[in-house]
Amino acid sequence: MEQFVAWKAMMSAGEPTTIWQQFYVLFYQAFIENDRWRQYLSGVGTTLYVTVLALVLGVVLGLIVAVVRTAHDLQRPGHKNVILGFFNGILKMYVTVIRGTPMMVQLMIMGLVIFASSRNFVMVGALTLGINSGAYTAEIIRGGLMSVDQGQTEAGRSLGMNYADTMRFVVVPQAIKAILPALGNEFIVLLKDTSLISVIGGKELLYAARSVAARNYEPMYPYVGAAIVYLILVMIFTKLLGIFERRLRASDRR
Amino acid sequence: MIDVKNLTKDFGDLKVLRGVSQHINKGERVVLIGPSGSGKSTFLRCLNLLEIPTSGEITFEGQLITDEKCDINKIRQKMGMVFQHFNLFPNMTILKNITIAPVRTGLMNKEQAEKEARELLKRVGLEDKADSYPAQLSGGQKQRIAIVRALCMKPDVMLFDEPTSALDPEMVGEVLDVMKELAQSGMTMVCVTHEMGFAREVADRVLFMDGGVIVEEGTPAEIFGSPKEKRTQDFLNKVL
Repeated sequence: MEQFVAWKAMMSAGEPTTIWQQFYVLFYQAFIENDRWRQYLSGVGTTLYVTVLALVLGVVLGLIVAVVRTAHDLQRPGHKNVILGFFNGILKMYVTVIRGTPMMVQLMIMGLVIFASSRNFVMVGALTLGINSGAYTAEIIRGGLMSVDQGQTEAGRSLGMNYADTMRFVVVPQAIKAILPALGNEFIVLLKDTSLISVIGGKELLYAARSVAARNYEPMYPYVGAAIVYLILVMIFTKLLGIFERRLRASDRR
Repeated sequence: MIDVKNLTKDFGDLKVLRGVSQHINKGERVVLIGPSGSGKSTFLRCLNLLEIPTSGEITFEGQLITDEKCDINKIRQKMGMVFQHFNLFPNMTILKNITIAPVRTGLMNKEQAEKEARELLKRVGLEDKADSYPAQLSGGQKQRIAIVRALCMKPDVMLFDEPTSALDPEMVGEVLDVMKELAQSGMTMVCVTHEMGFAREVADRVLFMDGGVIVEEGTPAEIFGSPKEKRTQDFLNKVL
């Protein structure tokens, strides 16, 4: 602490300092002074919280969209269900709009137009991210469901199992194995995209870094620090995903 | 047991079945032969409504199954089916493959189903494979498991859709042996196959299909010994 004050005074007075002393001062003021690491930590907490919320929302939305669209596409020609067609149209529009506009714009519209009066920026951010993620997840899940051999469904149904049981025990478990790499990728994108909610005032990790940078007039340490934290989070996530995938592949061994 | 009247099936503009009528009796073993694209598999798949017929009626055990109100899941529980590509569930152990349907449809509880499954596995000589996964088995073993899986539902009729066509030649015998044993036990069987030897040995009646209709039918001796129709003769000359 005394060292920091002394060296900082030397630096601001323009006296010669070693690189080590500069590093110490800038690092100290970026992360330790005034317990700033707490800001980062709560930022990481918010980041993870938003990621998980958006993830759950995204997967639920994606599953609904994927199931409705698959069911719609599997109907026999000439026997289309009108209600299913109606929902299919709406969901198709949802996917088109969400995939066709930038995430940043969606956040701005949600945060500053639709929920302009809300002060709960984190929830608005999580909601927007979840809705966004759902559109991508839907296509991933749909692809996974379609990748399972038609013969699997036929075998299940020929044994007298109903559609729901066949999906639940036969098709979906196999689809999960196929979609997990793509889904993991989507989750990683989502984790990083939480940084965008700082533009509508969500106090996550990047928001913390930015406020520290503004306070000290020194951007390098807070931003590189934030980058390293994101990197570590993604690496942990990738590792967990790898373990999960290996366990799912247990039935492939010979 | 199964009664088919004027069955037709179109895929778009392609007419695959052009009016098939048949009656299959209880305990009868019917073998369908014919060139590829003749509609044999489609006919078989219509019997348990894996393909929805374009027109015509199918009655099974007195119930009109082509009727929209009919509960097809209940019907299918009484009709076992064996596929060309086995279609075992790769995400489940062999025991689970066999027991999932009887348990989920409420036919048996888990203990009963497992006991039944192990007995059937013993019958086909694969009792040691109960805890293996399908990927660990050979083609012939997979197909025997697929037969057991269908049998565990205690079906009244077994449908075989080219059960040996995807097998290596040395594995055909083991599957045919299981099917022969099944035939001897009195099971009603409808079998699409290219195994003429099997047809001759097991069938009560052979149906020759071509161009979406049944061209000729008769006992194996009639069909293989003295086919009447030109198309049957041509086909048999090519395959025998």
